[in-house]
Amino acid sequence: MATLHTKAAARAMMSPAVILLLIWMAVPLAMTLYFSFLRYNLLMPGMEEYTGFLNYEFFLTDPAFPIALANTLMLVGGVLLITVVGGVFLAILLDQPFWGQGIVRLLAIAPFFVMPTVSALVWKNMLMHPVNGLFAWIARSFGAEPVDWLSSMPLFSIIIIVAWAWLPFATLIILTALQSLDSDQKEAAEMDGAGPVSIFLHITLPHLARALTVVILIETIFLLSVFAEILVTTSGGPGNASTNIAYLIYTQALLQFDVGTASAGGVVAVILANIVAIFLIRMIGKNLET
Amino acid sequence: MSRTATPQRKALFTLIGWTIGLVLFFPILWTILTSFKTEVEAVTTPPTFFFFDWTFENYLAVQERSNYFLHAMNSVIISVGSTALGLLIAVPAAWAMAFSPTKRTKDILMWMLSTKMLPPVGVLVPIYLIARDWGVLDTRIALVVVLMMINLPIIVWMLYTYFKEIPGDILEAARMDGASLRQEIVSVLAPMAVPGIASTLLLNIILAWNEAFWTLNLTAAKAAPLTAFIASYSSPEGLFWAKLSAASTMAIAPILVMGWFSQKQLVRGLTFGAVK
Amino acid sequence: MTIRIRGLATGGLLTGALLATTSLASAETLTIATVNNGDMIRMQKLTDDFTAKNPGIELEWVTLEENVLRQRVTTDIATKGGQYDVMTIGTYEVPIWAKLGWLHELSMPADYDVDDLLPSIRDGLTADGKLYAAPFYGESSMVMYRTDLFEAAGLDMPDAPTWDFVADAARKLTDKDNELYGICLRGKAGWGENMAFLSAAANSFGAKWFDMDWNAQFDSPEWNETLTFYVNLMNDAGPPGASSNGFNENLALFQTGKCAMWIDATVAASFVSNPDDSQVADSVGFALAPDNGLGKRGNWLWAWTLGIPASSEKVEAAEKFIAWATSKAYLELVAENEGWANVPPGTRTSLYENPKYQEAAPFAAMTLSSIQAADPKNPTVDEVPYVGVQFVAIPEFQGIGTAVGQQFSAALAGQITVEQALANAQTLTEREMKRAGY
Repeated sequence: MATLHTKAAARAMMSPAVILLLIWMAVPLAMTLYFSFLRYNLLMPGMEEYTGFLNYEFFLTDPAFPIALANTLMLVGGVLLITVVGGVFLAILLDQPFWGQGIVRLLAIAPFFVMPTVSALVWKNMLMHPVNGLFAWIARSFGAEPVDWLSSMPLFSIIIIVAWAWLPFATLIILTALQSLDSDQKEAAEMDGAGPVSIFLHITLPHLARALTVVILIETIFLLSVFAEILVTTSGGPGNASTNIAYLIYTQALLQFDVGTASAGGVVAVILANIVAIFLIRMIGKNLET
Repeated sequence: MSRTATPQRKALFTLIGWTIGLVLFFPILWTILTSFKTEVEAVTTPPTFFFFDWTFENYLAVQERSNYFLHAMNSVIISVGSTALGLLIAVPAAWAMAFSPTKRTKDILMWMLSTKMLPPVGVLVPIYLIARDWGVLDTRIALVVVLMMINLPIIVWMLYTYFKEIPGDILEAARMDGASLRQEIVSVLAPMAVPGIASTLLLNIILAWNEAFWTLNLTAAKAAPLTAFIASYSSPEGLFWAKLSAASTMAIAPILVMGWFSQKQLVRGLTFGAVK
Repeated sequence: MTIRIRGLATGGLLTGALLATTSLASAETLTIATVNNGDMIRMQKLTDDFTAKNPGIELEWVTLEENVLRQRVTTDIATKGGQYDVMTIGTYEVPIWAKLGWLHELSMPADYDVDDLLPSIRDGLTADGKLYAAPFYGESSMVMYRTDLFEAAGLDMPDAPTWDFVADAARKLTDKDNELYGICLRGKAGWGENMAFLSAAANSFGAKWFDMDWNAQFDSPEWNETLTFYVNLMNDAGPPGASSNGFNENLALFQTGKCAMWIDATVAASFVSNPDDSQVADSVGFALAPDNGLGKRGNWLWAWTLGIPASSEKVEAAEKFIAWATSKAYLELVAENEGWANVPPGTRTSLYENPKYQEAAPFAAMTLSSIQAADPKNPTVDEVPYVGVQFVAIPEFQGIGTAVGQQFSAALAGQITVEQALANAQTLTEREMKRAGY
């Protein structure tokens, strides 16, 4: 149906976005690539020289690197698990009629509007702090020993903080999908004597497949570069227990001002992110076909 | 009709719903409450909930110390500006992808998304050097452009999936009637596309509002938005909980209110093509 | 070789038109980057006094949290971004930046009285006899303790305690069931966080970062002793979650009566003895940081200073501002408006000789002795090749210090042993130093 005329028009309409993104991607990436082969530290001007793959070697042989890689994957995986499962549950709940449903929905989506730095500060000092925090107070009221969240399970604590912020996003998308579910289908199944569990498994869940795919894809993109929450709460520690790749690059780029190694780290991170993306698209991309 | 809830069922869901809603909202509520406490009360254990001496001194202190309205205005200009500029570029692109798809459309979309994966901290120095050479450090225009760029892939993708749901038959019919490309867009497409564009707009304003890396690193005094305002209240040396809470409340209030008022709009287009 | 992106400069023309407004800004507007600590906030409030005395100069403030500020100003000065005319920097940055030629040499007016500046602070800001930054306030570290608890337990804190006494008292005073902890110390990882405390404490145990040939020294018995002492003490007498506690967390604990002792920055003294903020204000005592009989005390030395980046084009106005903010007259101005207790401490000898200050600030004498007890040029028992008490003034230190801090924080959290932490610290320091070409 597309005529030659519309094809040309389509290309013309697409080109600004494509060209801009090409520049946006290519220029910094090219510079990053260039820097990654230099010995270049902002604090030691005048000493820049070509070093080959030394920066890559230095970044990849850092004992913290494999830990950071594992932490990055755990962080993404953990948050996805909580937000997807919690999001489905919450969406189903919010889809039921009950008193004050509109207000509860407003309360539940509110975390999405909070800046990452603010939420990390609040969680760390007002909620999770083992002495002054509210959780510690609750634990003590029940006579239990307060949990020292950020030292004894740093990564898990960060997963909770990040998941709290992203749960509303997942819920909203799943809720939208849920509301488009044909209730005739459900009623027919109920007539046939299907229980709520089997309705959920055989009708609701397949219907949500696309929505879940979208949630996973978008969240992964953002979660791969989680950074502010880690900086504010644990500074990547204790040890390297909560260091992810983005934070590891930060220590090179902004603590050491070692632009060379940070650039090498950036290139490595892009490669890793693309591997994850390809993997994701292979795994769930078919859900996106129309 | 099994969907008609019995009163017991409704009461049960009310209880569960409110419990979960309040738990999720609690950290924010707690921040708001703390902003009305004195600094000493803010760190007292056992914590005080509603029965403390409510004070506005923190808000006054924040107001005296920083120019909240300048920062808020910068946040508005940067988030709305970058989103508007992004839409201007993304709408035609998404329209073309949705209605004249080629074999490479999917690949282009995926490639666009992958540009979001470059870790910002890794490219800080290159971008900073470019901004310096162009003389745009600490200007709103630089942030508008940078934030537009980082959110453009999301904007294109959201619009694409939304546009794809507009039935092709309608366009076909309009074309049969001899409508020009312009008419096609103005009178047929636009009315149907508005909800999708609106929710894209809202989501991106939220994302840009909360962006805390570039907004902090490319600004100094003139263009600094609310993220920088917050960074002047958290400190490794000095107790500040109540004041930080007041500043935080002021920083998230505009976006929270906007989000709540436009919730319906936001949800309607947040489908990313997920509804099928 | 300079790294510039000339190819892209042409593209700047596009945006250039949009920027006309900013380039028209008055030539005499000073942009001042500063930390959001209490003393700087007061300085910002008193801006009117300066602008009244210096018509034609306007001030624009960029107030940020310490770590964000450091990252912003370092990026800017290293890339010659030129966004700031006056920068607030620490005693760690000044010697490094001065050597790189990034800072303007300061020439102060005659009535400024440079000789009044405390020698141990001024030394760290001078290179080849030239002053590169002027101190705004200075601090050391000392012991703050609860006189009521010590009295009740029949303990008597000496003015100059030893580590053994402190450890003993801490263990005796701990009552975990009632949420009372004998000692609160920093544990959060970072070169300016736990490593500030630990490097300074290590000095008093005879440990050091590097020997004269720049070899890392974490495999030395002295470091083992320091870290073992610290971890054991904190496990026995410290609060839970100590490995993520920094200055603020400990301040909150101490002010709410949960710590019997706290060793930290001298500026904390004015917070904990202020009844508006502190629940224990009337029962706080002060003592010098502990020693171990080796002739060095475990206290650090730090000052926030004001400097002018070499790229600034408004040097004259910037110098006027710095002279105003660090002058004797400024101290009096603050005293007039906010009381003597709130005057920025630790920079001028004359302040400590002022009877009004001595009266208003009960911690003044102890602060001065602490500052005088620190010697950045000879920080440890042995001779070392570096300057700095709780830091090593080389560009690599921020990164190394933070990485080592993470290891020590992990040891405190019980995730690894003291031996493992030291071995890891040794390996990573050797690695970074080798890369840096030492």
